[in-house]
Amino acid sequence: MNHPENATVFLKDVARAKWHDETLWIVREKRDATIHQIPEWEELRELASQIKDHTLSKLDFYLEELEKNATANGIKVHWAENAAEHNQIIGKILEEKNCKDVVKSKSILTEECHLNPFLEEQGIDVVDTDLGERIIQFLKQPPSHIVMPAIHLKKSDISAIFHERLHTEKGNIDPVYLTHAARLHLREKFLQAKVAITGVNFAVAETGEFVICTNEGNADMGVHLADTHIACMGIEKLIPRRKDLGVFLRLLARSATGQSITNYNSHFRSPSPGKELHLILVNNGRTKQLGREKFRNSLKCIRCGACMNTCPIYRRSGGFSYGSTVPGPIGSILSPGIDLKKYSTLPFASTLCGSCSDVCPVKINIHEQLYEWRQEITKAQGSSLKGLSMKLADGIFTSPLAYKISGQLMRASLKTLPDSIIYNPLNVWGKGRNLPELPTESFKDWYKKNRNRA
Amino acid sequence: MSSKVSILAAIKGLNLEEKPLPDIPDFAVATDLVETYTNSLNGNKGTVVSKEELEQLIAESEFPKIYSSSLTFEKFTNCQLPLHPAGFADLDLAIIEGQVASAENAAIWLDESNLDLRAIPFITAHLVIVIRKENIVGNMHEAYERIGMTKSGFGVFIAGPSKTADIEQSLVIGAHGAMSLRVVIL
Repeated sequence: MNHPENATVFLKDVARAKWHDETLWIVREKRDATIHQIPEWEELRELASQIKDHTLSKLDFYLEELEKNATANGIKVHWAENAAEHNQIIGKILEEKNCKDVVKSKSILTEECHLNPFLEEQGIDVVDTDLGERIIQFLKQPPSHIVMPAIHLKKSDISAIFHERLHTEKGNIDPVYLTHAARLHLREKFLQAKVAITGVNFAVAETGEFVICTNEGNADMGVHLADTHIACMGIEKLIPRRKDLGVFLRLLARSATGQSITNYNSHFRSPSPGKELHLILVNNGRTKQLGREKFRNSLKCIRCGACMNTCPIYRRSGGFSYGSTVPGPIGSILSPGIDLKKYSTLPFASTLCGSCSDVCPVKINIHEQLYEWRQEITKAQGSSLKGLSMKLADGIFTSPLAYKISGQLMRASLKTLPDSIIYNPLNVWGKGRNLPELPTESFKDWYKKNRNRA
Repeated sequence: MSSKVSILAAIKGLNLEEKPLPDIPDFAVATDLVETYTNSLNGNKGTVVSKEELEQLIAESEFPKIYSSSLTFEKFTNCQLPLHPAGFADLDLAIIEGQVASAENAAIWLDESNLDLRAIPFITAHLVIVIRKENIVGNMHEAYERIGMTKSGFGVFIAGPSKTADIEQSLVIGAHGAMSLRVVIL
């Protein structure tokens, strides 16, 4: 996995890359417009941050509270140490129900656990019901954004795949027409499915309930028509009190898309009579991240995607360039904790401008953690080409003579050397960067000449 | 060792210092709650209609199958509550009484005491929610305060019709759920 290489592929289609950049920036602007209507916005961010900090500092206590209260409500609670166990729990429930068709609403956790391929191997048909997710499922692609999974695609791409899979008119790219076709197709799936799988946005320890937010209503269509609802959550999705939801629901949609709230915010506390409700609590490396003091508060993330929409690198490199389930700035601080070697280029996919930290609704210091991961990665990798040039520079800067000669050499050689040498593959800093125009003389020479002028 | 034991042990082993849980203060809210509510709902692509407007709409439009769990509009109900929610796959119009509405974002709280079947507000083609003026509050904090710890197996804040922007960010109303939301303020 190499971010710069993947980004190069994305940038080949110049027009599309420009559209991606501009479209996500519009979403960022919508966020700005909506938060400016809330005078207490910064106070809400601080509250959310403190509530999450508190919860993480007593996570064991709140997890047990959640289990106790949810169980009393009639929810069957399961614990999974890792992705494999999470998938097996779901596989077993489906086997017991003799279920071969499931509908699933958006869940980044099930992406992280690679649930779909696991179930498909067992002959189960998994239908992703979020429109964007259904589109990329047809194309056998992962989501490129956690809130807008198909943001990398254009109407014409979607029209083509719908023509092939849903027999829509060839070349009809009208979003209303295409969405309506998907509505009819998915309604059939909702009416047939016996089991529905969902993610979880927030779980409330004191009530033993959990909340799912959507705009499409697909999570609700799935679970209310099915007999069994399986909800999957990372153990960091907890909050202590029901009233804390007031803070988080005010922040989530405004940060994500600039809406004041998602249109459906469903609170599940106990199953309907005669139905089953399962809740799976998944670790999959989260306790490890909790143990890393510098990176602990990345677990406060509520998956709004605001850091992606604002990031100058994400907007210009696309979600796939990150090669991880969660892309963008937050993904670049979460993924190295899972596999440092595989994701070693991600913390460098940033200008450290800090815009991600500024927009984060739970005040995660994302850009500082990116910088911290760079330190960790450099330590783990030992000396690099960049490190070597730093050592060389160190020698030059400590000797005045060496500094003087190197300056003269540089000005002379850069003018005459062909670009193929300056921008060669060994010089990673030359990629995508141009050298500044060189002055004809050094400052020292200029000063000597001009020092006696009035 | 079960996963529950190992996960809890891993957290306990970190011996994290407890951080304080903040109180949530009261925030100032809009003075004209009905006006603010109406504007918020428009922003979410829903509309406020009067009781008379709704009655006229029902009289003029083709809604073959109507179910109202709101007593105010009970006379329009022309079908039985099915045993399985799939029996409402062809429901044209549902009218439901809401409990609390938050003016800042137009979200209305409904729970099982309002919903005869959990699926109704989602599966219906068109949705009407009835809310009493005195039950409109300023923001989500006040809404949760009103709801308090009421126990209901299911509850939902609905703030607009089903919508999506997954195709090139073009807003389309009526993704999977209700294709319209009208709110009657009594």
